[in-house]
Amino acid sequence: MVAIKDLSKEKFVLPGTTACQGCPHVLGLKALGMVLGDRAVLVVPAGCTTIIAGLKDRASLKFPLLHVPFASGPAVATGLSSAFKRLGKYGIPVVWMGDGASDIGFATLSGACIRKDDMIVIVSDNEAYMNTGIQASGTTFWKAKTTTSPAGKKEEKKDLALIMLMHRADYVATASVGYLQDFISKLERAKEIEGFRFIHLHSPCPPGWGFDSSETVEIARMAVKCGAWILWEFDGELKISAPSRPYADKSKRLPLKEYIRAQRRFRHLSDEDIKEIEKKIDEQWKALK
Amino acid sequence: MRKILTGNYAVAEAVKLADVEFIAAYPITPQTTIVERLAEMVERGELNAEFVRVESEHSALAAVYGASAGGLRAFTATSSHGLLYMYEMCWWVANSRLPVVMAVVTRTIGPPWNIHTEHTDILTLRDTGWIIAMSENAQEALDLTLLGFKIAEQVNLPFAIGLDGFQVSHTAEVVDVPESLDGFLPKRERFFVIEPGNPITVGGLTENECSMTIRKEMAKDMERVGELVRNSGYVRDYDLVEEYRMEDAEYVVISMGAWCGDMKDAIDILREKGVQIGMLRLRFVRPFPKEFVEKLDCKVLVVDRNYSVGLGGIIATEVKSIANCDVHGIVAGLGGVDVGVDDFVSMFRKFVRGELKGWWP
Repeated sequence: MVAIKDLSKEKFVLPGTTACQGCPHVLGLKALGMVLGDRAVLVVPAGCTTIIAGLKDRASLKFPLLHVPFASGPAVATGLSSAFKRLGKYGIPVVWMGDGASDIGFATLSGACIRKDDMIVIVSDNEAYMNTGIQASGTTFWKAKTTTSPAGKKEEKKDLALIMLMHRADYVATASVGYLQDFISKLERAKEIEGFRFIHLHSPCPPGWGFDSSETVEIARMAVKCGAWILWEFDGELKISAPSRPYADKSKRLPLKEYIRAQRRFRHLSDEDIKEIEKKIDEQWKALK
Repeated sequence: MRKILTGNYAVAEAVKLADVEFIAAYPITPQTTIVERLAEMVERGELNAEFVRVESEHSALAAVYGASAGGLRAFTATSSHGLLYMYEMCWWVANSRLPVVMAVVTRTIGPPWNIHTEHTDILTLRDTGWIIAMSENAQEALDLTLLGFKIAEQVNLPFAIGLDGFQVSHTAEVVDVPESLDGFLPKRERFFVIEPGNPITVGGLTENECSMTIRKEMAKDMERVGELVRNSGYVRDYDLVEEYRMEDAEYVVISMGAWCGDMKDAIDILREKGVQIGMLRLRFVRPFPKEFVEKLDCKVLVVDRNYSVGLGGIIATEVKSIANCDVHGIVAGLGGVDVGVDDFVSMFRKFVRGELKGWWP
């Protein structure tokens, strides 16, 4: 395990970002800077981070950064990584995208992955199109209320990390802003490998999910503790990561109800609804075990 | 060296001569043989470039955008629906001031499915900030591709070369291929390169004024293109237009693309009959060769192989906004409908007699 005190103290997220209070993306971006430092070159499709990066010269991110159209992130990184290789530059293109960009840009994830193009893709997943004001996405939690699913989401929730694993990506992991040390060690591992590396980062959003902005980390941890978000890593073989390991045993899990009742987006759910979701979560664990 | 090449292969030869470093492409008829040939060149080691088989045209231009932002000379090619699919990236590349070069093998937009030539597809680029050239034959397709890299890198605007689907793209002709470029295309410093350790941001949020400034600056650089084309130092001289039998012409035909060859034959026939007719062939649509249109003092016929529903032929509309004389527009050959020398002879005759309507046939 990496000790945070041993990592670079250089700041890549500068003071005074335009992020919302309690924003999970900022936690993730800080960790990214700590591990990759000035090797990281960011490709950011439209999303919350477009705003977080700041207006014109009042930039909040000290990474080289290309802002790109919504559906283009990994494809842009393909070109960039080719340029770094050819010109002998010691950079790693990092596509920092949201769950919305992985809906509209799904084909680009697939294409860059099968080509094993050299990049790290981090999907910082706040489970909806938050930047446009909380609309349901492919990864929006079952039955969650959003402005386009006012009665609760009816569709399935797609499992991006498993989809990327099925593409035979070089490295795939899930992570959470509630367990930054786990995320950091996964970034450390991803940094050492060449090729297509994918990390699906769970990023609870205070205004989007309806919880107090002081509770981002707490909610992220509850998601892991109730088994709804499973931390795992594929590095040659698939392993459940340490923070999630106890919860393979269902009896050890935090009652799902506690996670659900802590968020306004689930206020409309009945106990029956929660039971249905619990079944989905059990299936999710079966697939990974 | 004289070689027999189709228009598409001529473009591929130009890309090789230009030492392109990055190519991303997605197949679409009738563009495909350009990138097939390039893939072969890369596999054989004749061209030291990376060739990326992407998942869509949107990704083709996105990857080319990334490579160009990283400092590489980059190329892609497409047609019709492929161009429309990558349309968002076309704007992104232009406003980012990246000197990307793209061949657009013109093809009708469906439905119904139709792979034959029409110019409406390439004209969707006209407001984007791309330089747009339109070749008449395989030789020009090669030359304009090479000029494309030169000019694009001088003005930091992307460059599109149009070739009529099948009529240029798949028709083999004798093409004079330069043996070497003798410093015609030096590597140029970019005014920004995305690289590790250099924390610059491109494309992020700004004050509204910045968006307006960017377009104004693009316009200024677009204005320089005509002069740069005339003084490019290329083995053959080029200008934004070709003037054909324009001396003493009382009637002038304006058009672009492959069928201009047939129009010239028709003009020759009518000249023999004593009709004082000539042609102003647009080799470039952007920048629009305003200075050549402004000075016309005769009756003008614009033949458009494109159409803006609700207004008319696109080039005719543009010519009317500039010309200081009578302009008549006719729309012909949409969907690849064949229009040959005989058609042009009778079309021009009717024009001279003042009997021409707006559509042919």
